Amino acid sequence: MITLEHVYIAVGIFFAIFAILSLFDGTNRRRFGNAAFWGLFAASFLFGSHLGDFANGILVVMLIALGGFGALGHGAPETTSPEERRASAVRRGNALLIPALLIPAIALLGTFTLKGAAIAGVKLLDGAQVTLISLALGVFAALAAAMIWLRPPVLAPFQEGRRLVDSIGWAAILPQLLAALGAIFTLAGVGHAVSDLATRYLPLGQPFEAVIAYCLGMALFTFVMGNAFAAFPVMTAAIGLPLVVHKFGGNPAIMGAIGMLAGFCGTLMTPMAANFNIVPAALLELPDRNAVIKAQIPTAIPLLLANMVLMYLLVFRF
Amino acid sequence: MLTLLGVGVVVLGFLFRFNPLLVIAAAVFVTGWAGHLSPVETVSALGRAFNQSRLVSVAFLVLPVIGLLERAGLQERARIVIASVHAATAGRLLIVYLFLRQISIAFGLQFNGQVAMVRPLVAPMAEAAAGNGAADEPKRLLIRAYAAATDNVAAFFGEDIFVAVGSILLIKGMLDQSGVIVQPLQLSLWAIPTAILAFLIHATRLLLLDRKLARK
Repeated sequence: MITLEHVYIAVGIFFAIFAILSLFDGTNRRRFGNAAFWGLFAASFLFGSHLGDFANGILVVMLIALGGFGALGHGAPETTSPEERRASAVRRGNALLIPALLIPAIALLGTFTLKGAAIAGVKLLDGAQVTLISLALGVFAALAAAMIWLRPPVLAPFQEGRRLVDSIGWAAILPQLLAALGAIFTLAGVGHAVSDLATRYLPLGQPFEAVIAYCLGMALFTFVMGNAFAAFPVMTAAIGLPLVVHKFGGNPAIMGAIGMLAGFCGTLMTPMAANFNIVPAALLELPDRNAVIKAQIPTAIPLLLANMVLMYLLVFRF
Repeated sequence: MLTLLGVGVVVLGFLFRFNPLLVIAAAVFVTGWAGHLSPVETVSALGRAFNQSRLVSVAFLVLPVIGLLERAGLQERARIVIASVHAATAGRLLIVYLFLRQISIAFGLQFNGQVAMVRPLVAPMAEAAAGNGAADEPKRLLIRAYAAATDNVAAFFGEDIFVAVGSILLIKGMLDQSGVIVQPLQLSLWAIPTAILAFLIHATRLLLLDRKLARK
């Protein structure tokens, strides 16, 4: 049975190759930094399930030290010139788009068809993770198709992958690190502390006040932590359940669904949500790393207000 | 109240623009200290949480394929395609993408749109669609930023319509623990009104983007 663990091993192998290629890239003055960083990241994927918590923790601390103190540079892998690319684009035509579209197509197809798939009674893959596994299958199908068709040097996909991952740099581990921070906040009881503060100092005597405080709290807390998943347990335990649901009789499903989406409005506005806001800016080579956030704020604010109105109109009615 | 110190560290670190990795590390150790965890326990908790959230990074798998196709002129091809469609504008093209991405993610198709779609396809297509509107560098960068923003808006406000997505399971789990039982399908249904409003608000802004690009 194919599980998420196999996908992790594939990711680990890719990053291990990036690390080795970085090591031999004489154009990068900090090549040892890049090699160490991507090598440790690869180790997390290859061996993370077998290392203990403390060893994994030491690995994360080393990644933070390398990334945080500027040990990474930019590799300059050999690639094609702009002229060669233009010529290839004209010669190969729209077929170039097909491998790129193959990845989401196979991911979608796999999600719908492979969930319970079995051969001779043996399950093909872990149904709970069917989309991520299908995505990985799509990647390998697209990679195979592109290699056979384009006939690049054997190492080309990894050199090109290294080019892209070097342009993301240390920000590559930010999303995972933020998720980890949320877990540690929960462990230390940050939720209870916020709950005490909110009920003590906010005017929450009316249903609409409770709705506004909950939605605004979700957005604000998400803004600070960069992650609505971390904000949801905190704000729901502090305001959502005790006030909106229990005191004023709101519908918990509506509160939860719209409350989470109010948090997502906060995600649109914060640089802490690096994987959505900062990594894309780097990926698109935007000089202003907050450019994506600036494009999102005028959508996020009206949408947050709309969520408050929606919740107020719906939560006490159904 | 000491446990809130870690939140303060994040806020200050972000305000003073320290390297985010170092800010998070500081917040982790301050929170661990305030929560009476030993340094070894804190490092272990960090390692455990980092290890358990590895699926966030699975999207990096697509980088070699995308890079390989870029090497063969993928971005250039996307530009050629869209430049031949005279009716398209940057805003209208992004509205079509907004719609398609919201629909597909509502059906459970989760992938990193920024890496798989925006960088190789959507951003260059939108630039090409703008024609003279993308003539100068600031406008070109603005279009790229809007392309990334459109992917985020579509993904955030489409994904919760799918029943088996992480945030829906998180909401259910949290409410379950508090003795309040809801069905995932109910949660998905109540995500639809916000999804429609998100589409309307962002599509309006994309039409305004076209106007801004048309001006000198």
